[in-house]
Amino acid sequence: MKTLSTLFKNNVREYGMLIALITVMVFFQVQTDGVLMKPVNITNLVLQNSYVITMAMGMLLIIITGGIDLSVGSVVAVIGALAGVLIVRYDVNWVLVVALSLLLGAAIGAFHGYFVAYLKIPAFIVTLAGMLIFRGLTIALLRGESVGPFPRGFQNISSGFIPDFFHYEGLHITTILIGVILSVLLIWLDFRGRKNQQKYGFEVTPFYFFVIKNIAITTAVMGLCYLMASYKGIPTVLVLLFVLITFYAFITTSSVIGRRIYAMGGNEKAARLSGVNTPRLLFYTFINMGVLASLAGLIVAARLNSSTPNAGDGMELDVIAACFIGGASPMGGVGKVIGALVGAFLIGVLNNGMSIMGVGIDWQKVVKGIVLLLAVLFDVYNKNKNA
Amino acid sequence: MSDVILEMRNITKLFPGVKALDNVSFSVRQGEIHALVGENGAGKSTLMKVLSGVYPYGTYDGEIYYQGKECRFRDITESEKVGLVIIHQELALIPFLSVAENLFLGNERAKNGVIDWNESISETAELLERVGLHESPNTLITNMGVGKQQLVEIAKALAKEVKLLILDEPTASLNETDSEKLLELLLQFKEHGISSILISHKLSEVNKVADSITILRDGATIETLDCRNDHITEDRIIRGMVGRDMTHRFPPREKNIGEVIFEVRDWNVYHPLHEDRKVSTNVNITVRKGEVVGLSGLMGSGRTELAMSIFGHAYGTRISGKAYRNGTEVDISTIDKAIDAGIAYATEDRKAYGLVLIQQVKNNITLANLEEISTRQVINEPQEMKVTSEYRDNLNIKCSSIQQLAVNLSGGNQQKVVLSKWLFASPEILILDEPTRGIDVGAKYEIYTIINRLVSEGKGIVVISSELPEILGVCDRIYVMRDGKIVGEMPASEASQEKVMKYIMTQQEVVEQ
Repeated sequence: MKTLSTLFKNNVREYGMLIALITVMVFFQVQTDGVLMKPVNITNLVLQNSYVITMAMGMLLIIITGGIDLSVGSVVAVIGALAGVLIVRYDVNWVLVVALSLLLGAAIGAFHGYFVAYLKIPAFIVTLAGMLIFRGLTIALLRGESVGPFPRGFQNISSGFIPDFFHYEGLHITTILIGVILSVLLIWLDFRGRKNQQKYGFEVTPFYFFVIKNIAITTAVMGLCYLMASYKGIPTVLVLLFVLITFYAFITTSSVIGRRIYAMGGNEKAARLSGVNTPRLLFYTFINMGVLASLAGLIVAARLNSSTPNAGDGMELDVIAACFIGGASPMGGVGKVIGALVGAFLIGVLNNGMSIMGVGIDWQKVVKGIVLLLAVLFDVYNKNKNA
Repeated sequence: MSDVILEMRNITKLFPGVKALDNVSFSVRQGEIHALVGENGAGKSTLMKVLSGVYPYGTYDGEIYYQGKECRFRDITESEKVGLVIIHQELALIPFLSVAENLFLGNERAKNGVIDWNESISETAELLERVGLHESPNTLITNMGVGKQQLVEIAKALAKEVKLLILDEPTASLNETDSEKLLELLLQFKEHGISSILISHKLSEVNKVADSITILRDGATIETLDCRNDHITEDRIIRGMVGRDMTHRFPPREKNIGEVIFEVRDWNVYHPLHEDRKVSTNVNITVRKGEVVGLSGLMGSGRTELAMSIFGHAYGTRISGKAYRNGTEVDISTIDKAIDAGIAYATEDRKAYGLVLIQQVKNNITLANLEEISTRQVINEPQEMKVTSEYRDNLNIKCSSIQQLAVNLSGGNQQKVVLSKWLFASPEILILDEPTRGIDVGAKYEIYTIINRLVSEGKGIVVISSELPEILGVCDRIYVMRDGKIVGEMPASEASQEKVMKYIMTQQEVVEQ
């Protein structure tokens, strides 16, 4: 059996991040007199960070290949602008526009990907160009002004909540039910995985650790669901995020394509000589990023209820920072979905907590910069210690 | 004891969980070439890192006496200051700087921080003359071959007024002529009173130049042989290295050669950058079932280029020619298709092209054939663990677990991981490019055993090697390449080192009618 200390040592990054996140949350909870964990604020926190998390999933894959995408903030803007113009000015059906936007996102990703993967131009340069191009197109499309408001259905993408079937005063029962089902499902999955590992004779963690871990997870899930249930229930966006996170966690850990992306990032030449079509794979990761950025663009537009020329400005930096804080390596080949997720939340909580405390945007940036530096320093320190 | 320039006494170096050096004593006489040999992982490099201060004083036990004084180096600069210079296997030159800039890097000829270019250039020219390298001081490193780069490294050491030169596998990536030149240089230095420590796996070289040989095994000194008086045979050295007699350096094999299973006809390849330069010209080769075919030739003769162009056009442009599997033509225009056609190519440079070093052993083994362990694009991890464990056991890969990172394995074990990867792709024709480069005698023997096992299973193997004894010892049939052409073909039974060498070196087209 693995001992707790080796378990911790092997996952020091993940646990370290989690501890940092919890510490920061406790700090702000105290500093804001409990406002941070209020139901309405928790819901806000999820909504505010939904686009960063959405894009972090795609950015993580790109960073694992060893690349970067600086254009996502501008893609968010241009998609938002297009949606605004089509829905508000030309009165096109919003469902059609959503579909069109996602397709256009894929095309934008393919545009970047083609230059990076097939013409071998560094991703930094291609996407820097994209950043300028799509910001410019946004302003041109909107003629420099905001466009809105959107119809109710479109707004619901980011401000809707799942329906409640029980109508109990003050508590969203469906949300609680989903929490229970999710908890049971997670425990069952973990238990099954453990059984499976034992069957193949692999080392497993001690049983008491398994119990403690599951109690902690269940508490977190139920706590979160309870908080949201006492406001308006689970936001629609959270359902979307849940699907995305599960999907990308699966892609990175268990799929052939994920394995190949890691191999390509770790050693492109070795991967290519092992029969991996590395240019095509790189091309796909950019298409994927384009789709996710356009999804984020729709969420942003729906949340603001208008398309603005400076939507998504600087957002690429939050997304990239989330990945690096979450342990991804700029050299490629390293990074986890769960890390990027925790990284995104850490940034989110910092933004949110400092805003509640009344810290100005100036000092917020300073703090975020320091956190990014510390997280990477922590990585480097651990790496040297192990070497 | 005035003629002893260096003495290391009772050096012990611990790494977490491993005793890398166990009470090693080692001494070098003034003006001798002292060879340090031993299997990979025997502790040669560690010992030299202790000596040069890479592992600073205090991280090891024991004493170092250099020119009669005890030394406690805290880093490389301190050891270089007293004339102790180490040249690592991986060259430490900056590719886009000139020879002169590299020579005085960190040791600039400057006044008040302003570089004196005239002095730098003229001194560079002088140093290059001393190492016999005829290049302009302004040539960029990136435009020189490995052999010349190695000489630049040595010139760099001379610039530091070296008294004791340490060379870690200096000839590992050099061809025979360049190696020869380098060894000559060491002998010249000896005349001028510069001592050298030579770490090498090539025993013929060791035998040629060394005055004494110290053998390390499992982190301990086994013996020091004096070559000035007695003639030491290679077998004698090997016996010391492996601790057992290796009368058979090549495991015997029962020959069972069948019909032709793979054939390449009229194969022409052009250089990817210089499109009018031909790197393979009208090459015809065949591989039979159960046969080991050798591809011999100097480095730069186009062996690797040929192999890689056959393996899914991984090298070169304007490739023409036909490939046949069991008599029918196959499409090998992409690596994917080549693998599907049953061809595998294990690279000569396992770190750059063979392995994803930052990944686990198991991920490396399955990379070329993920389909085998997945259903509908989803990897079955338990199954992956199972099959990779089998490869670890069958090929005797020494690792703490199949989840260990490839970067932490020794060269021989890394090579076995590369082999496992290609075996897992279950090819019919396996091209092995320098399969035993930089790995120790014991691991070499194991690789040869694996080759034997594969041909006994009816596969066809192509071995590319710069070591003639290896080609002669392992192969059934030998092709000799020069300038991208096949200039000779002979059964191994009729071949000798002299005969192959003659084909390699002869400038006239003796065989081409």
